[in-house]
Amino acid sequence: MSTATGIAGRHFALVGTPNSGKTALFNALTGSRQKVANYPGVTVERKAGMLQTPSGHGVHLIDLPGTYSLRGRSPDEEITRDVVLGRLASEAPPDLILCVADATNLRVSLRLVLELKRVGRPLMLVLNMIDIARRRGIEIDLDRLSQELGAPVVTSTAVRRGGTEELLRRMDELAAGSLAPSGENTWKPMTTGELRAAQREADRIIAAAVGAPARPDTVSARVDDVLLHPVAGLLILLGVLFVMFQAVFAWAKPVMDLISSGFDALGAATHDVLPAGLLQSFIQNGVISGVGSVVVFLPQILIVFLFILLLEDLGYMARAAFLMDRIMGGAGLHGRAFIPLLSSFACAIPGIMATRVIDNRRDRLTTILVAPLMTCSARIPVYTLIISAFVPATQLWGWVSLQGLVMFGLYAAGIMSALGVSFVAKHFFLREDHTPPFMLEMPAYKLPSLRSVAIGLYTRAKIFLQRAGTTIFAMMVLIWFLASFPRPPEGAEGPAINFSLAAMIGDALQPVLAPVGFNWQISVALIPGMAAREVAVAALGTVYAIEGGKEAAEQIGQVLAGKWSLATALALLVWYIFAPQCASTLAMIRRETGSWRWMAITFGYMLALAYAAAFATFHIAVALGAG
Amino acid sequence: MTDTVPAIVPHMPLGQANCGFYGHIHALQVNEGGNGLPAHELECRLLELGFIEGAEIKILHEGPFGRDPIAVRVNNTTIALRRREAMAILVTSADRPA
Repeated sequence: MSTATGIAGRHFALVGTPNSGKTALFNALTGSRQKVANYPGVTVERKAGMLQTPSGHGVHLIDLPGTYSLRGRSPDEEITRDVVLGRLASEAPPDLILCVADATNLRVSLRLVLELKRVGRPLMLVLNMIDIARRRGIEIDLDRLSQELGAPVVTSTAVRRGGTEELLRRMDELAAGSLAPSGENTWKPMTTGELRAAQREADRIIAAAVGAPARPDTVSARVDDVLLHPVAGLLILLGVLFVMFQAVFAWAKPVMDLISSGFDALGAATHDVLPAGLLQSFIQNGVISGVGSVVVFLPQILIVFLFILLLEDLGYMARAAFLMDRIMGGAGLHGRAFIPLLSSFACAIPGIMATRVIDNRRDRLTTILVAPLMTCSARIPVYTLIISAFVPATQLWGWVSLQGLVMFGLYAAGIMSALGVSFVAKHFFLREDHTPPFMLEMPAYKLPSLRSVAIGLYTRAKIFLQRAGTTIFAMMVLIWFLASFPRPPEGAEGPAINFSLAAMIGDALQPVLAPVGFNWQISVALIPGMAAREVAVAALGTVYAIEGGKEAAEQIGQVLAGKWSLATALALLVWYIFAPQCASTLAMIRRETGSWRWMAITFGYMLALAYAAAFATFHIAVALGAG
Repeated sequence: MTDTVPAIVPHMPLGQANCGFYGHIHALQVNEGGNGLPAHELECRLLELGFIEGAEIKILHEGPFGRDPIAVRVNNTTIALRRREAMAILVTSADRPA
């Protein structure tokens, strides 16, 4: 596409306070033509997109992390500061700063505009959500505001079709002009005195250019009376969480089953077509099941993010964090951590991705660290297999099922250990980082824009498939390799896996795992079990040479009941509460934290906990006569 | 740098006020060591969120556990914060506007 004037694309940057509708505006302006990546060296997300103004100027638009000032108090805000100041080597200095403000709530935004003016770059103020402001009778004298600020002012409604026409027209004019820096950069961090002066100046400008709302936002206040009520608010939050939990757990299930049986069928078809041998095994068990094990997470990820995007855009997320802050804060977690942790009951992969709702890096890391301790659905097949084989189906006190009680205990142990680990992490390891106080603006409730939510979902799905998918796939191929090589010698008896590298590793681990009561069969099954926890069930079946795949679970249970002691079974159950038995989760942690270090820390601490807990369980059980 | 607090005006920390409290911000008084943040940093953040001397303030809601955190209306924005941080905001009560 050629530009009308031949000027190479301009670089515009969106800056604004949280809740100014900046991301909705970015989505409205760039649509699906956006690229989400990380800034080099940090885990801050870089969102950039291309757009064309009505007369054909190409504009590179970058959506900078929301901030109240340029002081840079977190890695996200440092990015905003450095890009605005043109300090970031990897980023072109913006030709124009578009400062986005919520038109219904200008006080804080105008102070930011006054600070941005000191940078000396061309600046335009975008009064977003102007429709809501007009409905509430807020009259803004745009000419006066522009004159007071010494910068152009334009209005927009990001969530309406056609709501950005005026903005695009003004961007067009500015892109055609010279866009020379308007002055020297005199910015330096503001002192508290300067902050006060800037706020008073902003208040003076508002008094001069903005009429008081004829109708204050009584809707949000009334809704809050219910949603923040100490009793009703908590019940509603529980209801919302219950529906979300159900959705992630149950609604995703049919689609996931469909996907995995689809890939199974594809694998079986390939099996029939290809000649028996290594290539056949690689395509079926390495490639196809590897791709399948990536795609199978998509339904859960989409459902989790659908809820998150809707709750965020509605304005409910801040309320939920308000209600949960005290409970989560006691364990050293942020109020917003409960959504990722709840999602982790279904699967830690969407849970870890969902930690993006937590702005602060330290809070986010703590949440990522403990998310895999939540009892994910992949543990259920392992738990049910061992429980049904070893725990008698008796009723306690006439009405409590002992098996159910054990299951509940395993869930409770996961939750308690997650809270414990985050408490320890906060008080002993992440102390050097300042705990950011819980201070959060509660935005007015608004209806989400479906287009914006759809773009958000699409972006998340793409990120997952591109970034995590490649790593997960690589891990799956590695695990296939370990379980398949070397091939059994001619005429060998027993399952092929017993001759593989996985078996050798299992054998090598055997002396280490013997003190927790694991025999060599368990040690060997744990290696392919790294692909996903439930794979261990099938792997045990393979090791004990039981035919019949997944349907053989009951049969496997009977065999195990005959071969293992109760102490061994209990130790394995406890092992599964803690052990980092999931390569995909580890790959996800590596991707989301951007470092091998945090992956190694998670792997290490979970392994240590698993070993210690299984060791204690085994020996206590033996001492009590269950050996 | 906190403003000196004249002793004549009766004031109290916002962190000790009850739900429904209405008044104005008298001063910000941030003590070093009482919070997770250095005093200067906390003062900056409070100012950036609009907690400035003279601003109209009202406590709208309290958290369900231990009446913490609190949701506060400052001029026309609503901010949630913990009582610990709200201790730095000194307020004078006023009669509710009609």
